[in-house]
Amino acid sequence: MNRRNTLAALLASALLAAGPAVHAQAKLKVGVMLPFTGTFAALGTAIDNGFKLYVQEQGGRLGGREIEYFVVDDESDPAKATDNVNKLINRDKVDVIVGTVHSGVAMAMAKAARDSNTMLMVPNAGADAVTGPMCAPNIFRSSFSNWQSAYAMGVVMAKRGHKRAVSLTWKYAAGDEMVAAFKEGFEKGGGQVLKQLNLPFPNVEFQALLTDIAATKPDSVFSFFAGGGAVKFVKDYAAAGLNKTIPLYGPGFLTDGTLEAQGDSAQGILTTLHYADSLGTPRDNAFRLAYVKAYKLQPDVYAVQGYDAAQMLGIGLAAVKGDITKRAEFAAALEKAKIDSPRGAFTLSKAHNPVQDIYLRKVEGKQNKVVEVAIKALADPARGCKM
Amino acid sequence: MDLATFLIQCLNAVQYGLLLFLVASGLTLIFGIMGVINLAHGSFYMIGAYMAYALAPWVESWLGGGFFATLAVGIVLSVLLGYLLEWLFFSYLYEREHLQQVLMTYGLILVFEEVRSILVGDDVHGVQPPALLGGSIPLSEVMSYPVYRLFISAVCIAVAVAMWFVITRTRLGMRIRAGASNREMVRALGIDIKLLYRIVFAVGVALAALAGMIASPVSSVYPGMGSQVLIICFVVVVIGGIGSIRGALVAALLVGVVDTFGKVLFPAAAGVLVYLLMAAVLLWKPEGLFKVG
Repeated sequence: MNRRNTLAALLASALLAAGPAVHAQAKLKVGVMLPFTGTFAALGTAIDNGFKLYVQEQGGRLGGREIEYFVVDDESDPAKATDNVNKLINRDKVDVIVGTVHSGVAMAMAKAARDSNTMLMVPNAGADAVTGPMCAPNIFRSSFSNWQSAYAMGVVMAKRGHKRAVSLTWKYAAGDEMVAAFKEGFEKGGGQVLKQLNLPFPNVEFQALLTDIAATKPDSVFSFFAGGGAVKFVKDYAAAGLNKTIPLYGPGFLTDGTLEAQGDSAQGILTTLHYADSLGTPRDNAFRLAYVKAYKLQPDVYAVQGYDAAQMLGIGLAAVKGDITKRAEFAAALEKAKIDSPRGAFTLSKAHNPVQDIYLRKVEGKQNKVVEVAIKALADPARGCKM
Repeated sequence: MDLATFLIQCLNAVQYGLLLFLVASGLTLIFGIMGVINLAHGSFYMIGAYMAYALAPWVESWLGGGFFATLAVGIVLSVLLGYLLEWLFFSYLYEREHLQQVLMTYGLILVFEEVRSILVGDDVHGVQPPALLGGSIPLSEVMSYPVYRLFISAVCIAVAVAMWFVITRTRLGMRIRAGASNREMVRALGIDIKLLYRIVFAVGVALAALAGMIASPVSSVYPGMGSQVLIICFVVVVIGGIGSIRGALVAALLVGVVDTFGKVLFPAAAGVLVYLLMAAVLLWKPEGLFKVG
């Protein structure tokens, strides 16, 4: 009888202690807005997988709160972006939004997040403006800025002794940002950009421009393309025989997720990015193993960015004990934090963009292998950010 | 721009123009002769390219492989697909308004893209050109020209000649031309117009698929490739005059030249030059360069 009473008392006190904590803190509503259909579907899925992997590793809770997902497929369509993000903000009343891949869509999300003061984690879109003029105390990015990957390439190319380069990209926001950043880095190292070639997005008829490159005779070419365009460009460049005399460089997207299709034509190409296929660090190995186990898929840079978005949310939430309305403390904790990413630990800049190592990678077989760290702890200049 | 570069650019322009012609000729055939606006034409191009990628392993194991065997199988399959689609869907559209045709063919685009996603996935793929045509010809000290691109041009010219011959010199061609001018009269004369249309449609689909297949080694294979091609093809068809094969050829070469030199000489305006060309031609000749009928 006595023992029973003690047991009951113990149980009761345990319940009392745990009870309020459980009931006071409802589930944290996470709005996931990513492309699950269309050209970027694979990227959206990888980010989603990475995010959920970290949450699972934490037992389904971040900062002591259980996570409830609200999912919207943004289709990478900027025209629908405002409607889509408002569904999460007004209809689902989410506490935090995670998204997205396409920069145009991300800009609409950043605007909505600023206007409604909703927490936003950007797990890919590289538009400089997200952590530039659009920067805000409640907007964070776990990926990169376009400036970071292209500037590093410019520095590397100048360091490798190139003096006269031609740039080639699609004429759209990301392409313009990449080329401007490349030019900045390349000219700083004493190089000169002879010509800035471009073609309308998403045109893939490169032959005229390849002929123009051959006539200009630069000592190197910087190019930014992604997906199908990257495959075709790299193949056309090799087919025209240009790769034998004029080495091709670019941000990592030129050879990421495209190597199977590019085959021999991509071998030896040097690119810069904040992740690579063969880092070999214990942290990266553990992440890759866990990811393969969970999804039966090889992780890529997008999965890493999703994983880190969840890590960043976790760090912020832990600092405010799950009370996401304490915006100032949440942001302060993240600004001081060191995020233990599979890509290598990074910190956040004042504008909330990763300050991270940019790797120089070389295509060998079907992998983007690390050659060296191109620039250590590269911070985006966050031009236009008033915070 | 020196003479050598200029000549290479001309070659680029002609080569691009010929490929455009191959896709657009099927569109103009269906559009002009049957009066159907076929938005799904770009999808047939996409289907062709994916067949070149996905059929290769099958052909390898059943027929011993080879790019040309894949090409032959692909053409047969696309003719069958065209025949089937005409029978199931398009034959109901001839008497309908253009809006209904646009709606249905747009629906077909969505269906084809989704089926493609389910069957092959959303990744980008490459197709190897046949070893025989894998080489390249040096044109200047840094630039060489892939033999395979010349092969594409040769195929396009061969198709153009064959179409010209069939349409102007054979009985079938006579009936097709007659059917385009006056459907009722042709039917009254005892010609099976339904069968005729079915054949024309199947050939149109096969032309688009053939273009996709032979372009796949240089263009690679990716989701959404059809819609890109569709827009430029409509430009070609409208400039050339709806239904005119000769017009499509001239217009395709014009577009090739404007696009190629526009990219090099006026890079800032490269995106709109082709459409300016279309606007200028339509101001001059509102029904296109070569009006049919």
